[in-house]
Amino acid sequence: MARLRQCAIYGKGGIGKSTTTQNLVSALAELGNKVMIVGCDPKADSTRLILHAKAQTTIMSLAAEAGSVEDLELEDVLKVGYRDIKCVESGGPEPGVGCAGRGVITAINFLEEEGAYDDELDFVFYDVLGDVVCGGFAMPIRENKAQEIYIVCSGEMMAMYAANNIAKGIVKYANSGSVRLAGLICNSRETAREDELISALAAKIGTTMIHFVPRDNVVQRAEIRRMTVIEYEPGHKQAQEYRDLAMKIRDNKNFIIPTPITMDELEELMMEFGIIDQEDESIIGKTAAAEAAAA
Amino acid sequence: MAALTKEETEALIQEVLEIYPEQARKDRAKHLAVNDQSLEKSNKCITSNRKSLPGTMTIRGCAYAGSKGVVWGPIKDMIHISHGPVGCGQYSRAGRRNYYVGTTGVNAFGTRNFTSDFQEKDIVFGGDKKLAKIMTEIEALFPLHKGISIQSECPIGLIGDDIEAVAKKANKEIGKPVVPVRCEGFRGVSQSLGHHIANDAIRDWVLENRDGDDSFPTTPYDVAVIGDYNIGGDAWASRTLLEEMGLRVVAQWSGDGTIAEMEKTPKVKLNLIHCYRSMNYIARHMEEKYKIPWIEYNFFGPTKIAESLRKIAALFDETIQAGAERVIAKYQAEYEAVIAKYKPRLQGKRVMLYVGGLRPRHVIGAYEDLGMEVVGTGYEFGHNDDYDRTIKEMGNATLIYDDVTGYEFEEFVKRVKPDLIGSGIKEKYIFQKMGIPFRQMHSWDYSGPYHGYDGFAIFARDMDMTLNNPCWKQVNVPWKTADSSKVAVAAGA
Repeated sequence: MARLRQCAIYGKGGIGKSTTTQNLVSALAELGNKVMIVGCDPKADSTRLILHAKAQTTIMSLAAEAGSVEDLELEDVLKVGYRDIKCVESGGPEPGVGCAGRGVITAINFLEEEGAYDDELDFVFYDVLGDVVCGGFAMPIRENKAQEIYIVCSGEMMAMYAANNIAKGIVKYANSGSVRLAGLICNSRETAREDELISALAAKIGTTMIHFVPRDNVVQRAEIRRMTVIEYEPGHKQAQEYRDLAMKIRDNKNFIIPTPITMDELEELMMEFGIIDQEDESIIGKTAAAEAAAA
Repeated sequence: MAALTKEETEALIQEVLEIYPEQARKDRAKHLAVNDQSLEKSNKCITSNRKSLPGTMTIRGCAYAGSKGVVWGPIKDMIHISHGPVGCGQYSRAGRRNYYVGTTGVNAFGTRNFTSDFQEKDIVFGGDKKLAKIMTEIEALFPLHKGISIQSECPIGLIGDDIEAVAKKANKEIGKPVVPVRCEGFRGVSQSLGHHIANDAIRDWVLENRDGDDSFPTTPYDVAVIGDYNIGGDAWASRTLLEEMGLRVVAQWSGDGTIAEMEKTPKVKLNLIHCYRSMNYIARHMEEKYKIPWIEYNFFGPTKIAESLRKIAALFDETIQAGAERVIAKYQAEYEAVIAKYKPRLQGKRVMLYVGGLRPRHVIGAYEDLGMEVVGTGYEFGHNDDYDRTIKEMGNATLIYDDVTGYEFEEFVKRVKPDLIGSGIKEKYIFQKMGIPFRQMHSWDYSGPYHGYDGFAIFARDMDMTLNNPCWKQVNVPWKTADSSKVAVAAGA
């Protein structure tokens, strides 16, 4: 067996991390790999397309029920879905209470102690909450966890901001450990010259756009059925896109310490591609009423 | 050893600072001073209430210690929940010797530890539900409690639990005061902020409870004793003097105190503040809101007691003023006998202190009554208003040290060679092993009370039995003494 590869998927909230991850993982499984998904988001929606479930019962909710995480067995929390993909969700509190970050830390420690990372596995994918708001959500990229980070983004301004910020976070852990940036996955929003723009951004932060995933309604159709495209319509051209992504990740050797760019550089890049206009200093802080009065 | 001159003390400070790296030296230099009685403001010579330097062995506590341990904990008829993991409550339980009257576990809870005992799941999912459940359980298991306070440990501030909402709801359900206190340990630079936070909680959740209720019959002689924690019975030894001079002590905070006394405090005519550092905030608030004046007093040693009794009496009519004189006269023979007995044994002995809220200055007079001299003093968590009040109490050219480090304290002691050191348990054994008599001045070394005339007799006896204990003559090992022949004979016999 080859060495277990642990990959973490980050990116702005709502960019399509969970959907992309599950489709990609299904394609990897189709290629004969043994894969596990670890959902690191209190919403617990990282495994529903694999398990055809609404939301998997999470480690933290089971631990709360049982009293403590020490009272749990691995089989209580580990579910097996499409093509034997292993699924776990860390879980956590409802919004506004408690500490979701601590939930991720507790859950991952539990998986390690219980031997969830067995010798059979080829890949583990961590699907992480949109923003790395605290140390808990950086847990998957600390020492001895994920070594490869993929950032899902699109040609939209905020998605690129987020990608650059995540790259900054990776630098911190890359300098002290073995975690590396492995590429940007562009999940298309069909903005202008999106592939060129993301390739340019990737080049600036020292990596590549590993794949451009076009937009297709079949993804939504499959999702309504709580399925991945790979399973729902294996012959569809979108399924082939995820297979291409899977193969590129399988063969990827381009692991780097990112060189995140400054805000100014990022804005320059966006201007170059016409995402934002040249900044007009005279309009900053002016209300619509004030502008109307001046006109 | 003769007292150090101003220049010698300054040189000593410079020498001790020498060992630090440059930045630490610059920082610590601001916290060490040579006393100069001519100064009106301490900020001319000392900086205080700043973050301690890492690695210097500070003796300070945390905000939780200031609130739970000092201000709230001694309120005996309330249950104080240490909200968070078990350690903070359990390892600070019953350690401060706040004496109280009552049946522990029935109508008094001072030495018990109540905790929400946080587990991983409480961190992840929040502890509000558990806290609410604890309130219900407390009400069922300890029906005679008169209220609950929630003392936040660090995690509460990190996970953002809404303890105020839980408190309000529980207050409605059980019909007793429920006080949330945001005294997470990581807040502030020492326990001092915890005192302030605890005072604010009293202001916001307790003092107004009886506003508009005039059913409590008042007298012109009603006072409250604030900031006496009844360590070893101190508050009792103080209270008798006030009562004997004709005042009515309506409330006593927080040693042997009750929530009802706290609630009634806005009805008094004068607030008497013993520990200024930990309770000045609430005194100022009551002055502003209820127009209640407040004064500081000091009941350590007959000189300061008489001074304080007269100062308090001056704010009342002639009956009370006569009462004060009567009390002083009544105890005169008693305290003169104490001085006559112990002063010859203690005369000229030099003391170094390092304590908490008020003692670094308040006990100086008691030592002086016994003919002793305090040659160095400092506060763990004092502010500059504490040092303002200290300058006049200390002799010129004596040492003042703020948030002293382990190294500095030891070096000062080696050079100043005091006959007695008064500090805490963490310092005790270091100095005893150096062969220097030592008294714990937080816990009175499990003795007390030291307040009032009764306390002075015990204070004098304790200082004598420590200082003149024959054991100190045995500290030097025989093979290092000049006259070792006698030792050899003794061993052979």
